[in-house]
Order: sequence, then structure tokens, then C-alpha cells
Amino acid sequence: MRTVSYIQAVTEAMTEEMERDESVFIMGEDVAWNMMGDCTGMVEKFGTERVRNTPISEAGFVGAGAGAAMVGMRPIVHMLIAPFMYVAFDQIVSIIAKSTYTYGGQARLPITLRAPMMYGVSNAAQHSDRPYATLMTIPGLKLIAPATPHDAKGMLKAAIRDDNPVITFEDRSLWGQSSEVPDGELIVPLGQAAVRREGTDVTVVTVAGAITLGLAAAEQLASEGISAEVIDLRSIVPMDTDTILESVAKTGRLLIADPAHEMGSVASEISAVVAQHGFWSLQAPIARVTTPHTHMPFNADLEKVLLPNTDKIVAEARALME
Amino acid sequence: MVVETSGHFWRFGIPSEGIAREKGELMITVDGDFLREMYRRMSRIRKFEDTTKELLLGGELYGAFHTSTGQEASIVGSCMALRTEDSMVGTHRSHGHPIGKGARLDRLLAELMGKETGVNQGKGGSMHLSDFSIGSLGETSIVGSGLPVSTGAALAYKMRGEDKVSLCFFGDGASSQGTFHESLNLAAIWKLPVVYVCENNGYGELTSAKDAISVEDISVRAVGYDMPGVTVDGQDVLAVFEAVSEAVERARGGGGPSLVETKTYRFENHAIGRLPEHYRSAEEVEYWRTERDPLVLFRQVLVERGFDEQQVDDLDAAVGEEIVAAIEFARQSPAPPPEAAFTHLFAPSAG
Ligand SMILES: Cc1ncc(C[n+]2csc(CCOP(=O)(O)OP(=O)(O)O)c2C)c(N)n1
Ligand SMILES: [Mg+2]
Repeated sequence: MRTVSYIQAVTEAMTEEMERDESVFIMGEDVAWNMMGDCTGMVEKFGTERVRNTPISEAGFVGAGAGAAMVGMRPIVHMLIAPFMYVAFDQIVSIIAKSTYTYGGQARLPITLRAPMMYGVSNAAQHSDRPYATLMTIPGLKLIAPATPHDAKGMLKAAIRDDNPVITFEDRSLWGQSSEVPDGELIVPLGQAAVRREGTDVTVVTVAGAITLGLAAAEQLASEGISAEVIDLRSIVPMDTDTILESVAKTGRLLIADPAHEMGSVASEISAVVAQHGFWSLQAPIARVTTPHTHMPFNADLEKVLLPNTDKIVAEARALME
Repeated sequence: MVVETSGHFWRFGIPSEGIAREKGELMITVDGDFLREMYRRMSRIRKFEDTTKELLLGGELYGAFHTSTGQEASIVGSCMALRTEDSMVGTHRSHGHPIGKGARLDRLLAELMGKETGVNQGKGGSMHLSDFSIGSLGETSIVGSGLPVSTGAALAYKMRGEDKVSLCFFGDGASSQGTFHESLNLAAIWKLPVVYVCENNGYGELTSAKDAISVEDISVRAVGYDMPGVTVDGQDVLAVFEAVSEAVERARGGGGPSLVETKTYRFENHAIGRLPEHYRSAEEVEYWRTERDPLVLFRQVLVERGFDEQQVDDLDAAVGEEIVAAIEFARQSPAPPPEAAFTHLFAPSAG
């Protein structure tokens, strides 16, 4: 075991996969310059062909990633930040998500899009989106949001090896966090949620960076005599609803903490699944701690109150116990 | 026969059963069999389209239906400049493209009927009639969306050191999309082995290219991306073949991308049986149908070069039989089972 930061884990995953498989390469804006610090040592090792800077041309290079994938490459496409995917939206939806299906299985799209998210840091509305729920509505894409260095490495490696398109939402609030990662090969299968803390009174499902808040809230709730079970969703599509339903069957209460906007969110989807299939286990209404249906303002104080935080989770969990 | 459109063309002497041509070091020889195959593929497209139009109007086929009739020379001249292992990307108007690249007709027809034996197992239909077994990387119905895909295939070929070429078909309308401009820029800076073939049939839906495109010849847009651009008579299969061959050879030899514009015309309305046709005159359509029919023009060339009419008629007749068999195959084929709506959402993963 070693202590590794999230961002180092991402670099390790990409480097190891590029070493092991010639068809893996990364492209994106300024990747060879290691602008974000997540490609450290890669251009030195693999050169500018496989660590490939692109022009500012999202539709062009995302679509080129799709074309390269269709003829057998395994591109990692770096989006810089998640909302830049909007510029390439048609390529993601019409080509990447739909080609395998529309062509009756003739096409394979082993492409990974890395979509770092930065929010809560005064970048205003256009740069601060957490757009996984928008993409969740489109069949044919796998969406993940690893929340620990261990998963950042193991799930990214699994994504690169997957024969399907995977979009990985990296919460930049986690990039600097460090924890233990095993030496050697590490693959974490996609599609499995992880129980991060066991409990009996309330199930707290967290999405992406909300894991930090969920665990802190559970700690505080424990001091008040409330036992929270914290589930890190990790994989948005496919979604491990079994793990959530099992937990709710035990606790009878559900709270979902999701940094994205509330309407049509991952939190909403989990709520619907549990209301439909776990209704008779519920002892209280389902609670969602999300961002309200408004944009991210620049002003730091205005922005801060909109986002989920530990206090909001604690307060909502307490209310469920009443 | 010398094409007069511009100075880009090679002059070639013509023996009665074939053509030898020269320009610089490049020498391409096409023999009588090759010319016959060209005509046969054009005839296959024409008959396929005439038949499918009839079946559509008769109610046996359904869905949006954009035919290639009138554009056969542009398609076949381009496809026959490629090797089997070279790839191509098509559009919503791509019944003809797989046929031009050599696809079986029966599985294409079965796809149009939504059958399980169709190239896409009934999940693509008319606007996505792509046969990967002959090098298609998809026919995509969002206008302009195929350009980045073909560019990416070319990137893969280059990175792997393969001598394959990627060819992209798109329309005049698509040349106004951002993806066109982004793709040409990417291909130019990375010197990719890709050939962009713009089939300029004068209209995007009902709007004339004159009203929608800033330039008369779309090929001049190549200048902005520092690549060769050429406009050819898209009704002349040999002219198209020549221009695309030159671009393909350049791409294969490491010389980077090219843009070829074929000036052509669609004989049918934008989509069959669904739209008004008041945006173009009956005289204009009549002119193209009678004076500029690529099959008639090519037949004349063949006869001038010593083929007898009977030989050409025989080619047409054989294609007719192939079509009859294809219809039979498609009709006899089973519909996909209800579960098929859920398969191929994902590829089975090796991971
Ligand atoms: C992005 C997008 N916008 C609009 C349409 C509707 N549409 C279908 S075909 C077409 C015209 C395309 O013109 P062109 O590229 O010249 O191809 P042609 O039909 O002439 O072969 C349009 C606008 C579409 N399919 N995709
Ligand atoms: Mg057109």
C-alpha cells in the first residue's frame, strides 16, 4: 500500500494503460504541456503522438476520438472541464452513444472521456456544471464518478479497457485528497456502489465529491446517536440500485447528497427507484440534498449557500429521524 | 476524353479496352474489367434506388428516404479509388455509398425493410445503411457529424503506421457545419490520410447552395486549411475517379488530406414522397435527367471506346436479376424479435 493523491492515481492509471496497450492514447487541449498537472511525466514517456495536444475544437477532437475508437484505438479524450462537452454534444450523443446500437453491433466505441468538474470555486455558471444527469438520460453511455484515489485509478483503468464509451466525472474537489492505493495492478469493475460506512438508521447515498460531506455528516450524526450508512455511488450508469435498495430495506430512510442541480438529477432518479421498488421499506419521505434549480453565481458567498454541505445533510437526516 | 473543369486533370490516351494515365510519377491503369465494374456499380445503385422508391410508394418500405439517384458517378468514382480495406463514412443520403464500395444488395434491402438480416439488423434503416464489412464506418444522419469520425479513423491509421486511407462523403449543406471546418483543420495540422468528398448537388433540403454557402466552389475552402482542393464534374465517373485517386494516392503517400468537390444533382426530391418541390424548376430537373444522367454519359464513353451496346445491356440485365433476388431475400427474412430493441446498446466488454 502507498498513499497516493487522486490526481496521481489518475496519472498512474493512464500511464499504466498506455504502457500495457499501444492503442491507448490521450488527446485534449494542452495535455502534452501537463497544464492541469494530471499528465505528469506522460509526454516524456510516450511522446507527443500519444500525448497529443489538440486545437480548441471539441466537436472535432471528440468525434475524431470516436472515429479512432471505431477502427480499434482506445482514446482517452481530456475535456479540460466537463461543460466543454456541450460543444461536442452531438458527437457524444449521436455518434459515441448511438453507433453501436444503430449499426446493429457492427461498431465498437472503446473511448474514455475524462470530464473534470470544478464548482464552488467562483467560476460562475458556464464553467461550474456537473452535467452527469444530462448525460444519464442518453442510453449507450457509461458514466462514472470515482470518489477516492483507489477508485480513481481502478475505475479509470476499467474504463479504458471497456469496449464501450465511458465518461468519467472527476470532482476536482477530490483531486488533492490522498489515501491508500495498493501497489501493482488495480482494476475496479464499473457498475458497483461502495458502502463506505455501515449504519442502521438512515442511508446516505453520495454522488462524486459529496462523499466527503456524507462521511463528515455521518460522523456528526453518530455523536448524536444516529447511525448513518454511507454509500458512494461511484457508477452512475450502470447504477447499482441493488446496493441502495438493500440498504434502505435495513435503514428505512434515504437521503441522497448530489452536488448537481436538483431537477432531473441523479438524486431524483435514485428517489424514483426507491419510491417504486423500496416503498414499503420507507419509514420517512426521501430527502434530497442538492443544488437548487438556479445557475452558479460568481459571488463566492452566493455560490456557497447553494451547494450541498455537511450541515444540510445532518439537518435533513435528523428530520428523517423525527 | 479530357475533363475540362480545371487544369488539375491528367490527360490520358485511351486504348479501346482500358485507360492508361500519367501525371508526375503517378500512373494508374484501368482496364476494361475495371470500367465494366464501374458501370455495373452505377447500374446497381440506379436500379436499387428505382426499386426502393417503388417499394416505398407502394407502402412496403417506410421511413425518411433520401435517394442517391443522379449521384452515381460521384459515388462510384470515389469508392473505386479506394482499396477494400480503406474506410468510408456516409450520410443520410447513403444508399449508394455502400453499393459503390461493393456491398451486397440483399442485406441492404433487408435493412430498408427493417429485417433481422439487414446490415444493421433492422436498427438503422435508410439513413444509416452502413455495411462495415466493406469498410463503412457508419452513415450518420446528423448533417456534418461524420466528418470528425472519418478524421479520427485517419488519425488511427497514421498513428499505427498503416497505409490505409479514410474517405468522407458529405453534402454541400454539411460544408456549413462547424464539424467540416474543425475536421479539415485537424486533418491539416496532423497531416492525416483522409479525403473529404463533398457531393455538391446544389441543395441542402430545399435551400439552394447559392443562398446558403459563401462560395461558388466549395473546394476553395481547402485553401483556408492549406490543403489541395479541386472541383470536378460529378456526373463524369472518370473525372471523379481521377480526382479522388490523386487525393487518395497523396493521402497514402503521407501527403495529407485533400478536399474534392463533385458537382452533381439529385434527380429525386430531397426525400421521397413527402415534400413539395416548388424550390426548383421542372426544367432544371428535366435538364439534368436528360442531358446529365451519369449512366447515360458513361455508357456513351464506353461505346466510344469500343464496348458494344449489348455488353452494357448485359451488365444492366445481370443487375436486374440481382435486385429481384435481393427483394426476395428481404421479403423472406424474419423481423427482429422484440428483444432486439434492447441488444447492442453496449458491446460485450473485454474489460
Ligand atoms: C444537424 C442537422 N440539421 C438538419 C437536418 C435535417 N436535414 C436532413 S438532410 C438536410 C440537408 C443536407 O444537405 P446536404 O448536406 O447538401 O446533403 P443532401 O441532402 O443534399 O445530400 C437537412 C438540413 C439534419 N439531419 N441534421
Ligand atoms: Mg446537397
